[in-house]
Amino acid sequence: MAKSWEEINSRIAAGEAVVVTAEEFSGMAAADGLESAAKKVDVVTTGTFGPMCSSGVFLNFGHSDPPIKMQTITLNDVPASGGLAAVDTYLGITEPSLTRGIEYGGAHVVEDLIRGRAVRLKAIGPGTDCYPRTEIDTWVTLDDLNQAYFFNPRNAYQNYAVAVNSSDRTLYTYLGPLLPRYANATYCSAGALSPLLNDPTYRTIGVGTRCFVAGAAGYVAWEGTQHNPNQVRDEAGVPMAPSGTIAVIADLKQASPEFFAAATFTKYGVSAYVGIGIPIPVLDEEIARTLALTDADLTATIFDYGVDRRSRPSPGRVTYAQLRTGEIEVDGRKVPVGPISSLPAARRIASELKRWIAEERFSLTQPLQLLPQPGTQSFKPLEIRTEEAI
Amino acid sequence: MPRKRFDLRFPPRQAAKPVIYHLVKDYDLTPNILRAQIEPGQQGRMLLELTGRKEAFADGLAFLEREGLTVSEAAADICLDDEKCVVCGLCTAVCKPQALYLDDDFALKFDKDKCVYCEACVIACPRRAITLRF
Ligand code: SF4
Ligand code: SF4
Repeated sequence: MAKSWEEINSRIAAGEAVVVTAEEFSGMAAADGLESAAKKVDVVTTGTFGPMCSSGVFLNFGHSDPPIKMQTITLNDVPASGGLAAVDTYLGITEPSLTRGIEYGGAHVVEDLIRGRAVRLKAIGPGTDCYPRTEIDTWVTLDDLNQAYFFNPRNAYQNYAVAVNSSDRTLYTYLGPLLPRYANATYCSAGALSPLLNDPTYRTIGVGTRCFVAGAAGYVAWEGTQHNPNQVRDEAGVPMAPSGTIAVIADLKQASPEFFAAATFTKYGVSAYVGIGIPIPVLDEEIARTLALTDADLTATIFDYGVDRRSRPSPGRVTYAQLRTGEIEVDGRKVPVGPISSLPAARRIASELKRWIAEERFSLTQPLQLLPQPGTQSFKPLEIRTEEAI
Repeated sequence: MPRKRFDLRFPPRQAAKPVIYHLVKDYDLTPNILRAQIEPGQQGRMLLELTGRKEAFADGLAFLEREGLTVSEAAADICLDDEKCVVCGLCTAVCKPQALYLDDDFALKFDKDKCVYCEACVIACPRRAITLRF
């Protein structure tokens, strides 16, 4: 029953493609059998909406008169990089404000820009023959900028940790407050809707894949940082702990505040909820098999954040179906668990992407280059050493 | 047994302890102090949950008023800003009495009667979408 990328794209162009979300697809596979669902459906859409710290935007401000070579740059008091050309910058979303700390950071600046709000730009330059101005203080909006685009080095983690805390004090983490002595647990994945869990061995998601990024049409630009295809996998080949990642690029001017939301994790720092959705072509029954997996088939690993080490001990594994019930068992105790990744938003993203393909004829792109495959690289730690030890 | 919540305001010199003691001893009401702001020389405030027989409520409240306290039905509330909330669910993971919970569609729900005004959700919410009105 194999279908080619070209066949699927011509059906999309003709407005004939059958597109369903990953949740709908597993429902169809359960009702009519995998073979029938795979035959019927051309594209399955996925979605996720969780905090993704490794995100940020490139901005170009245009030149003032006289021009300035911006070296120390702030946007609403949040420092941006002065390490690029005169009026280019990169603003990382986790950067805290100089005046308001983590209650307002890079992510909040990006959200303000997307919402059309003016942002105060201040910069200092060295004053050179070609860039004589040494200081600037002005206001900019997203419309004023020449280019403004996301370049997020690591988004859409393939699976993620379930966090618990065995220690005696509350820990404030990027997975939220973890109450002492296993009093709660948190997790952060869209489970069966998660893009990379639906294509566990990166057959269709690769460099050049067109996708949904914060409401804009963007692309997978590269493997994400910390991409680790060598994580432990189940019989279906799906990783059971954090593994693959992607870097994405997309126009900030097309982004929507519905799918990008600044966040502050108390006593941890700034982050942002980023909406990512990826369409997956139903090329054959092999890919259909992983597309049909449900939360009951997908496993996450519990990690104890109460232990202060790089390799945290794991008190076990749970399925996403168990996590979704709101209670899991850790070391024989019942522990209430809550998500950090929004399931309603993930569903909206998968549906929106489905609408793009079905109604706006958003076509699929075959990867120009595959992401590093299982069996290749793994994730290297950073060793602390002295100059003499090199 | 009926359970009700009250917002008590104390005049500056009124100590909190004896009145609570009398509610227990003389009126057989079981108090649960949800929140209190009592500082010497200032008007104090307490959010009190009382459990007891129906008739005891009226007598107990009349006693408090005789002692110079102003009593009203509790107005404290958790306010959720829907514009800011992204329905992530993190607040439900820190809400011990499960006043905040996700329904079958993973929409966020709040059961006011279960809330103990601990503010754990206020601190946890990454969108700063929850405030406590007290
Ligand atoms: S933590 Fe905040 S944003 Fe998340 S569901 Fe609760 S109120 Fe909404
Ligand atoms: S104040 Fe405490 S009890 Fe009330 S909703 Fe928030 S976390 Fe739950």
